Amino acid sequence: MIRIANGQGFWGDWLEAPVNLVHGGPLDYLTLDYLAEVTMSILQKQRKQDPKLGYARDFPPLVGRIARDIRERHVRVIANAGGVNPMECAREVVRVAQGLKVAVVQGDDLLDRIDALIRSGYELKNLDTGAPITAIRDRIQSANAYLGAFPIAEALATGADVVVTGRCADAALALGPMIAEFGWKTEDWGLLAAGVAAGHVIECGAQATGGNCQFDWQTTPDFAHIGFPLIEAHADGRMVISKQAGTGGRVTEATVMEQLVYEIGDPGAYITPDVIADFTTIQLAGDGENRIALTGVAGARRPEMLKASVSYHYGWKCIGSLVYSAPDAKAKAETADRMVRERLADLGLTFEKIHTEFFGINACHAHLAPHIDEPAEVQVRIGARDGDKRKLERFSREMIPLVLNGPPTATGYGEGRPAVREVVAYWPTLVPRSGVEATIEVIG
Amino acid sequence: MKIRLSRLAHARSGDKGDISNIGLIATRPGYYGILLREVTAGRVKEHFGSLVEGSVRRYELPNLGALNFVMEQALDGGGTISLRTDAQGKTHGAALLTMEIEVEPDELVD
Repeated sequence: MIRIANGQGFWGDWLEAPVNLVHGGPLDYLTLDYLAEVTMSILQKQRKQDPKLGYARDFPPLVGRIARDIRERHVRVIANAGGVNPMECAREVVRVAQGLKVAVVQGDDLLDRIDALIRSGYELKNLDTGAPITAIRDRIQSANAYLGAFPIAEALATGADVVVTGRCADAALALGPMIAEFGWKTEDWGLLAAGVAAGHVIECGAQATGGNCQFDWQTTPDFAHIGFPLIEAHADGRMVISKQAGTGGRVTEATVMEQLVYEIGDPGAYITPDVIADFTTIQLAGDGENRIALTGVAGARRPEMLKASVSYHYGWKCIGSLVYSAPDAKAKAETADRMVRERLADLGLTFEKIHTEFFGINACHAHLAPHIDEPAEVQVRIGARDGDKRKLERFSREMIPLVLNGPPTATGYGEGRPAVREVVAYWPTLVPRSGVEATIEVIG
Repeated sequence: MKIRLSRLAHARSGDKGDISNIGLIATRPGYYGILLREVTAGRVKEHFGSLVEGSVRRYELPNLGALNFVMEQALDGGGTISLRTDAQGKTHGAALLTMEIEVEPDELVD
């Protein structure tokens, strides 16, 4: 049996969580998931400005902080912190945590291979819209295939203390050590599916241990010291989800189930590079306090094509807001919205989209929100989006004047004119497995 | 009698591009049948109205007593494109739980 814990659900997650996990009890592997869908494009821009950047900069200092503990306690770290520059990330880890051996998994970056793929006849259609990639070819900023768990297992086989990857399937971070330890093969579909299901449960960190859990949330113990999730993985595919003793939060069927159904499509076919897992076969059972056993997972042959994520320049957006106090807060906010739209119309400015929310009234749930007769305050939040940056720059000037030009009690404009921001959009697609080759390099 | 879905189920929602998915989970095994009967894809589409422009598909997970709703064009373009506060559909699960459904009084345990 091996223990695998996840200490980051995204880049920006609780900095103390991985440190607590290393100190909190027996642990064999610590995984850290830094990459959301759009993170790669941000990192690509950073690398363009400085060829030594382009990775999750939180990661090397974290390894520096826990270097002594992971060496003494034999904890091995697996992180997709490499972003679009895994080698520089690894070099920085070696620099701040001398004596550690770092293995780097590369091969996910497809940016230089897009044209060759198009020439070979692959349309790289958008999985959601069906549009061919030629529609955005000249605006592409990053392109990465999702690698699976076998390259991670291979990296661990080098004896590395730390494995740094670029883009890989989130659940692969946990599946990699299971393959390495138990010798699972590429066609062990049921075992791989069990590892993927357990990996999916822990990939978002504390979302498996009571964080963001709707079930009876008021009784969740000690959110402030929430324990991050841990898998006890067995060679026969039995998985137990738990957390370390003395930590907050809880592991129950409810917390594990909410995470199992999080961000999935067809539960009968949860597609990863290594296996297609069938979540409708998962059996959960209590296994003592804060322990849930996960068994029975069926798996089918891995897909022929690999998922890739491409990011591209979409356009620009700007979101401005003002707050109106009672009395009549809602009526004032509605008047402000009409006023902005009238002034934009006077200027002859139209946008791809303008969207207004009355924060405190309907921002999240629109018509489903409960009615409030006299709110204490309402924030009017107006957003515009377009391909033409100049139009957004003009739009950004239209909120603040309302403080003196419009209905009374406008406030909450502390930061002044709202910023115009670039919109980088995400293009999910499929690439042939043959066009993607993972490589392992060891440094340190 | 009419009750709110929140009496029978809990939920979590999230995004993939412009798709929002809601996992709806019965709080008791016996309630799964009520969810199957009452919470159809059509009713969910109707409930969300203008928040969801595309189609709604329903998947069943009887092993977990759960349903998964995959709602397309549900996030004003999704992630970075969206102008909404809830650009990633994080609150859609809570919004679904406000839906009113029809049950017989003897179907409820509490």
